[in-house]
Amino acid sequence: MSSVPTTVTAPGAARTRRPLRRHPLGLLYVAPFVVLFAMFLVWPTIYGLWLSLTDRNLAGVDPAAFIGLANYAEAFADPVMWRSLGNTVWFTVLTTVPLVVLPLAFALLVNLKVRGQWLWRLAIFMPFLLASTVVSQICVWLLNPDLGLINATLARIGITGPAWLQDPSTAMYAVVMATVWWTVGFNFLLYLTSVQAIPAQIFEAAAVDGASGWRQLVSITLPLLRRTTALVVALQVLASIKVFDQIYQMTGGGPENSTRAILMYVYDTGFSSYRLGYASAISYIFFAIVVVLSLAQFRLFARRSAS
Amino acid sequence: MTTLAAPRRTAPPPPSTRPRGPQHSVRAGLVAAYATLAVVAFAWLLPFLWALNTSFKSETDASALPVSVLPEGGYTTSAYRAIVDAGNVPLWMGNSALVAVAVTVLSLVVSTLTAYAFSRLDFPGRKALYVLTIASIMVPTQIFIVPLFDEMLALGLVDTYWGIILPQLIHPAMIFVLKRFFDEVPQELEDAALVDGASRLRIFLGIVLPLSRPIIAAVAIFIFIGAWNNFLWPFIVTNNPALMTLPVGLQAVTPGYGVTFALKMAQAVIAALPLIVVFVFFQRQIIRSISTTGIAGT
Repeated sequence: MSSVPTTVTAPGAARTRRPLRRHPLGLLYVAPFVVLFAMFLVWPTIYGLWLSLTDRNLAGVDPAAFIGLANYAEAFADPVMWRSLGNTVWFTVLTTVPLVVLPLAFALLVNLKVRGQWLWRLAIFMPFLLASTVVSQICVWLLNPDLGLINATLARIGITGPAWLQDPSTAMYAVVMATVWWTVGFNFLLYLTSVQAIPAQIFEAAAVDGASGWRQLVSITLPLLRRTTALVVALQVLASIKVFDQIYQMTGGGPENSTRAILMYVYDTGFSSYRLGYASAISYIFFAIVVVLSLAQFRLFARRSAS
Repeated sequence: MTTLAAPRRTAPPPPSTRPRGPQHSVRAGLVAAYATLAVVAFAWLLPFLWALNTSFKSETDASALPVSVLPEGGYTTSAYRAIVDAGNVPLWMGNSALVAVAVTVLSLVVSTLTAYAFSRLDFPGRKALYVLTIASIMVPTQIFIVPLFDEMLALGLVDTYWGIILPQLIHPAMIFVLKRFFDEVPQELEDAALVDGASRLRIFLGIVLPLSRPIIAAVAIFIFIGAWNNFLWPFIVTNNPALMTLPVGLQAVTPGYGVTFALKMAQAVIAALPLIVVFVFFQRQIIRSISTTGIAGT
């Protein structure tokens, strides 16, 4: 873009983008963003790399000393780091599947020309507007082993519910349920917008040709939603791997580290143990994974749109 | 249900049977759709309704066994009165409003200027900056909270409003959304004004911004919701309860003594209320905001 010729294009070339005007003052327009971007995004990234090579400790009085790759060596041998990474991957898998399938199903249902659209949208989307703290407090209350609505309801039909958040074998599933309830509305809206953007004539033509509702769904709607699905999956994976709020608030990573996610482990080592150097090393390992994942998704997207 | 095999194959069907067959199946499908949606809507609203119900119980009734919908001792507003008396929640709500409004307004100024420059002006380093901005969309900023906190410590911004606000002003995805919109604004309008001797900034403020009102509203709503509900960064950068935003205060400060289920649910209801009220009134705008800006990535 920077080497575009500055000749003025003919008025007839309406659809082609016009060359940009040389305008050094443009720097003034982007200056506030550049300053913020440099200070609060680029610099922490660079500074974090340096920190990860030191023994910087918030509690210590000594200045940070350069210790090479010792933090990384420690992290790779740290079972809790691996457990947190594993939990993060497991959480991402457990949330992404329902958070793609359910909103798609909900959007297709609401799109069946049902009345009271606002009510369905309100009900399904509303939890998304709640702060994580509110979601966590409500879910902790619902999941209370004795007094919670869920176990009380299960008891009515003769089932003794588990201790949910206090039980290492169920805590992760409880957090996943809370997350699905909380965030399904966002993906639901993305799907609903895409479904409603499909021209009605396509379905009318298909109906005239004798295609049943089911047939139209499989042969028209779902294929046309493929791009949206790819986007929803990509956004969901990026959202799920950085999970922190609801896990921190509902279980604190326990019981027995069964729900500790990687970003929580960064927080724990950095702000509970004050080991900023070690926490930065874990951040960088996490960063590397995110970059690889993003590049993979980017290549997948690029290939999709090329074919 | 009648079998529909015969009329479905004949196209066009005889006029007398045409409305009957398909409509029956459509009606059956609709009934099933309504039933499913009703179950889903109920399940999705239930947690909030249960919290609302609990918040109007006394602590004794909230923790009574067996669990029942109606409280034995009747409904009470004691939990809400306790919150108002403690004074924390109104204070935190004020902080949240201040932070969310500041983040929204400042982000809009920064992002629209940047997006306009990306869309229209050729300045040194434009391409490199654009590539870097787009690439940063894919990286969750939360990864670098530790070095960011250390930087804030050095800058003396820990436990200040600016410390909460400044890192929340970077929205590469929103810049991308705005730039795409500005690209579509006809350049002829600006050319005419340029010929008349108007400055770039006046064209931006007087022509481009007013034409972009819908997308700016969408971006503003998106940023506001995010800032109002943001937890991790405000949680890390504030230790002083007087500066906490609502989500952080509710998490960090334990209310009352002993059993506080009703109190916690009342807090949750109060904290949830502002955005729910806004949503009920501006449902259309909020939904448009999420579907236009959310699609670009968050």
